[in-house]
Amino acid sequence: MMEMDWYLGLSAVLFTIGVIGVLTRKNAIVIFMCAELMLNSVNLTLVSFSAQLGDVHGQILVFFALCVAAAEAAVGLAIIIAIYRNNLTVDVTKINLLRW
Amino acid sequence: MESANELLTILPLIIIGAAGLFVMMLDAFTGSARLAYLATILFSAAALAVAVSDLFGPMGESFHGLITYGGTSSFGMVLVMTGTLFSVILSRDYLEKTGMHIAEVYSMILFAAFGMLLLVSSNNLVTLFLGIETMSISLYVLAGLVKNHKKSVEAALKYFLLGAFATGFLLYGIALLYGASGSTFLVDIAATEDKGMIYWAGVGLLLVGFFFKISAVPFHMWTPDVYQGAPTTITAFMATASKAAAFVAFILVLSRALPDARADWSDVIWLFALLTMVVGNILALVQDNVKRMLAYSSIAHAGYIMIGLAAGTDAAYSAVLFYLFAYTLMNIGAFGIVAYYEWHKGYDFTEVSNYSGLGFKQPIMGVLMSVFLFSMVGIPPFAGFIGKYRVFAAAVDEGLISLVIVGVLASAASVYYYLRVLVHLFMKESENGIVLSRPGTLYTASLLILAALTIFFGINPGVLTDLLGSFWTVQY
Repeated sequence: MMEMDWYLGLSAVLFTIGVIGVLTRKNAIVIFMCAELMLNSVNLTLVSFSAQLGDVHGQILVFFALCVAAAEAAVGLAIIIAIYRNNLTVDVTKINLLRW
Repeated sequence: MESANELLTILPLIIIGAAGLFVMMLDAFTGSARLAYLATILFSAAALAVAVSDLFGPMGESFHGLITYGGTSSFGMVLVMTGTLFSVILSRDYLEKTGMHIAEVYSMILFAAFGMLLLVSSNNLVTLFLGIETMSISLYVLAGLVKNHKKSVEAALKYFLLGAFATGFLLYGIALLYGASGSTFLVDIAATEDKGMIYWAGVGLLLVGFFFKISAVPFHMWTPDVYQGAPTTITAFMATASKAAAFVAFILVLSRALPDARADWSDVIWLFALLTMVVGNILALVQDNVKRMLAYSSIAHAGYIMIGLAAGTDAAYSAVLFYLFAYTLMNIGAFGIVAYYEWHKGYDFTEVSNYSGLGFKQPIMGVLMSVFLFSMVGIPPFAGFIGKYRVFAAAVDEGLISLVIVGVLASAASVYYYLRVLVHLFMKESENGIVLSRPGTLYTASLLILAALTIFFGINPGVLTDLLGSFWTVQY
């Protein structure tokens, strides 16, 4: 079996890419994709811990996390469509009625 | 027989989950928002009654330790169901008058309440995660309820993007704690011996996830935007029930999963409590928009509550639970009255100056608003004072004196922005001839009940504090 550190390192890197993407991107859909990338990198952490510990709970949690991500995608994309219909853009810097 | 008894331990969850599905079907087959409203009231009241009776019942764990019931969890359920029931009652009039009355609102409120109930009874990080997400996803929908209203949809987008971001941190924290302890049960995490880097990274990320949900500074950015943009009674629901649920779950995690590490997380929460109180109050001072002011005030309240969490003793936790109860009562009341003013079409009630002279036009609403605002300030005969006093006292016992001094100073500063609303209500002349309609009987009655409870638990806190104190002396 490969060193555990490689799996954890890969998922940490993916998670960081997701965080940076959420913080720097302007398109709502890209921000959402980066948030999904964060969730999926965590899933990688969970399955690698699960394999290392020989314990199935981590993999079960992955299934729940996938369900949650799917539900979030359904609601989130609907919200982004509503935003597009109202503003004709999904650029978050141009959606700024609420500030201060 | 064993499993039937286990089902009874989560009876409020079952009632609310079934009610959510039932109301959704009712909407699909009859399309009547009125029927959906009545069914929601009935089911929420039933779940509240069960939760209240569970307060005096046994405490323990069920479903192989996934669920904890009785004690703190039951009190959390009472908080959530109180918030839900009153928000639903207030929602109908407000949504009807503003033309947003659709039956889906009630099923989404019930699904969100289901998530909150699961959250307050979680004894395992998996149930905790599912509870938080069920709650949040339903709340994203509720925030964007009015889909052709720019502000409402913008609130939903901001809430959703930041909420999804926070979910990532929370789940990463859970994953790392699972890796460090080999289990997702709170008790097993408490028993972790090898506290290496993975463990501490997990604790830190979990805290970040929670700080987002309780809107602690600097993770509060979404709160004012969402509270302002969402329909007002939905804001009341988000500000009370979901925050109370997140705080109760935070207490469960801190007291059960991380009791040994208290010295370490206490310092972290100390710092964030300080930031939250100072920034929340300062930003509330400069707000002219009433809903945003209430949003920043709820951030400030989260700061006071975090003082209790930083103290981290049993007395402090029970003080926090009392504070959450007082906070729920007075915030629903205040948002309910703002909702009442806002439903008058053709007038603008966003700025505090628009409230000039309204106090005498419908005196009962003006008086009730004063009760809720005075309670938020923390003036003696009201429950808000007792909550603040007990949290501060518990923190002083733990030696967090400098933090308590900041808390007292911050709440002294908060007098300005709360009383400013009252000055406008009662001491300024009305500019244009605003004619206020009479609020409905049930609407007034539920606000009166909230005010009566605020005063009752302010004068007579012993009833509740004795009960809350007993939760922590029983070991199981």
